[in-house]
Amino acid sequence: MATTPLTLKELSKKEVLLTSGHRMCSGCGAPIIVKLVLLASEYPIIAANATGCLEVSTCISDYTAWKIPWIHNAFENAAATISGVETMYRSLKKQGKIDKEIKFIAFGGDGGTYDIGFQSLSGAMERGHDMLYICYDNGAYMNTGIQRSSATPFGADTTTCPAGSVIPGKTQQRKNLTKIMAAHDIPYTAQAAPSHWADLVKKVKKAFQIEGPKFMNVLSPCNRGWRSRTDDAVMLSRLGVETCYWPLYEIENGVTKVTFKPKEKKPLVDFLKPQGRFKHLFAPENEWMLKKFQEMVDKEWESLLKSDAEGKASAG
Amino acid sequence: MSKVVAVTGNEAVANALRQVNPDVSSAYPITPATDIMQRFTSFVSNGQVKTEMILVESEHSAMSGCVGASAAGGRVMTATSSQGLALMWEELFIASGSRLPIVMALVNRALSAPLNIHGDHSDGMGARDCGWIQLWSENAQEAYDNTIQAFRIAEHMDIRLPVMVCLDGFIISHSIERIEYLEDEEVKNFVGEFQLLNPLLDIEHPVSYGPLILPDYYMEYRRAHAEVMSKVPNVVVDIAKDFEKISGRKYGLFETYRLDDAEIGVVILNSAAGTSKDVIDEFRDRGIKAGLLKPRVFRPFPYEEIGNSLKHLKAVCVLDRADAFGASYGPLFADIAASLYPYKEKPVLTNKIYGLGGRDYLPEHAELALNELVEIAKTGKVKTFREYIGVRE
Repeated sequence: MATTPLTLKELSKKEVLLTSGHRMCSGCGAPIIVKLVLLASEYPIIAANATGCLEVSTCISDYTAWKIPWIHNAFENAAATISGVETMYRSLKKQGKIDKEIKFIAFGGDGGTYDIGFQSLSGAMERGHDMLYICYDNGAYMNTGIQRSSATPFGADTTTCPAGSVIPGKTQQRKNLTKIMAAHDIPYTAQAAPSHWADLVKKVKKAFQIEGPKFMNVLSPCNRGWRSRTDDAVMLSRLGVETCYWPLYEIENGVTKVTFKPKEKKPLVDFLKPQGRFKHLFAPENEWMLKKFQEMVDKEWESLLKSDAEGKASAG
Repeated sequence: MSKVVAVTGNEAVANALRQVNPDVSSAYPITPATDIMQRFTSFVSNGQVKTEMILVESEHSAMSGCVGASAAGGRVMTATSSQGLALMWEELFIASGSRLPIVMALVNRALSAPLNIHGDHSDGMGARDCGWIQLWSENAQEAYDNTIQAFRIAEHMDIRLPVMVCLDGFIISHSIERIEYLEDEEVKNFVGEFQLLNPLLDIEHPVSYGPLILPDYYMEYRRAHAEVMSKVPNVVVDIAKDFEKISGRKYGLFETYRLDDAEIGVVILNSAAGTSKDVIDEFRDRGIKAGLLKPRVFRPFPYEEIGNSLKHLKAVCVLDRADAFGASYGPLFADIAASLYPYKEKPVLTNKIYGLGGRDYLPEHAELALNELVEIAKTGKVKTFREYIGVRE
């Protein structure tokens, strides 16, 4: 199959499969991610979507923003649902009733992926369906009103872990879902961000070349929940990457590769400062939280660099 | 040409599924339904069916996988019981609201707590209003026959709704009975080729499943669903006629037993109907005009036809194998009462809750109900409208 060169000019010639007119908030990261993912594919795609922002805003009857076959089932089961679609495809292909090469994607937010949909996701990965699961991680239940999820970063102020006089926002660290998915020993796991579009597109392309279950976790800025400016989505995504809050890496067949190493690792506060959800961390009494949060980020980054070096060494 | 065999209810259902040969099945082990899928997966492993299995990690995912597979475009089935059905509850509404013709065997059993695992109708009754068609089966033969007919009903182009085939846990699922199998070819021809309707896999014509529909149109969709339900009885009857041609076995919306000239009667679902029929014969031998009505299509409930069949009786006892806590009467009673409500002349109704959690339904229970009805018919007086029977006081 002819592949589109990885330039914005060439990608922009392709048909956009999530049309404008959808009702996502202005400045939302999710539709940028979806458009990039769909542009990256050289194959026809069928997508399942967990209940969430992306789902409720893109298919309000009798309109749909999806130019591809699309199914929304419920909150916790995008992975099980696409398992069903992919299995029917395999059955009909085996019977000679369908011959086209089709790729299958599930989109879910962090609530539908890290929390309520985690069992369904884990099951689908273990069963080995030929599918790509993409989590757009905005770090809380943004669609239902910015409630805490297990993806909510340490210290963040949400509507269910509000920063109060006794409890200063979320006191636990995020679940490291990307690592957990890699621990399923699936052939491909990656972390990406919309600011680094070429890296994201490359990872999606690679995922489509690999048979079996794949998982990608993509940072998705949300100005409503992050309490940031509507035009700052891409800048915040970039700061997330450059502070190593959201490292870009992939784990292919067990080998870790950091795909972007910032020339100069920026301090975490550069990412936190423009976001209202972290405002209270800058109060003098919460200085320890900033310190602790920075340590968490440093620890993960160091561990990734170590794995990256081991990966390089094993490749000889 | 039929073949006579001695098999369990589960074996009969599994064989029906083999003969129907669905494209995909997504299932999770929940006793006592598990045996159906164990038997079926051996057909898969031995290449006797073309079915692709999705052996999921929960009942919720089982139905989610069925929804995805059915929307993709093909014939889909699964089987479950009690807690499994309870966990599926959300997905039951999504399957029916999305008009997906999934067939599911429901091996009826009690709900926890306390954990029980034995047969009663609490699971099926809990799911009676989820927009599925429900066919109830007295024995292994009916479970087999209903399973085959369920695919035709679900996939009918005027219907396109999921169908649950109910059979009593353990009493039927695990007991060996004599039944007649149809030939593989007869079943294949009877169910026919699956007809596609807006399949996701048709990438040339992309469709969106599962939209958000707000107050402006949600109600119209619900009414459309209700209207489709009202078309089900005629389709069920037509398909039953076709089935009679190949099997010689008659099916309708419900079965009546010695009811036409009856003065008293019982209404009862599934396996306990068999025991009741024997007792009715004894009463008839004594010159008492007793009869029975056994619903087959419980959803949609054939109110008009059932009301019409019972209205001439003097007294009727409805026996429920499930309670509806906090409601005045059991779930079957409520529908029977509603079916008789429009008539000026109608029987006196009583309700007995029996057989919960696998408690045996014995001939003496039917005798108790019928003896009471004899008394009511004579005196017009009712001692107890509703009670538990076969229970320690």
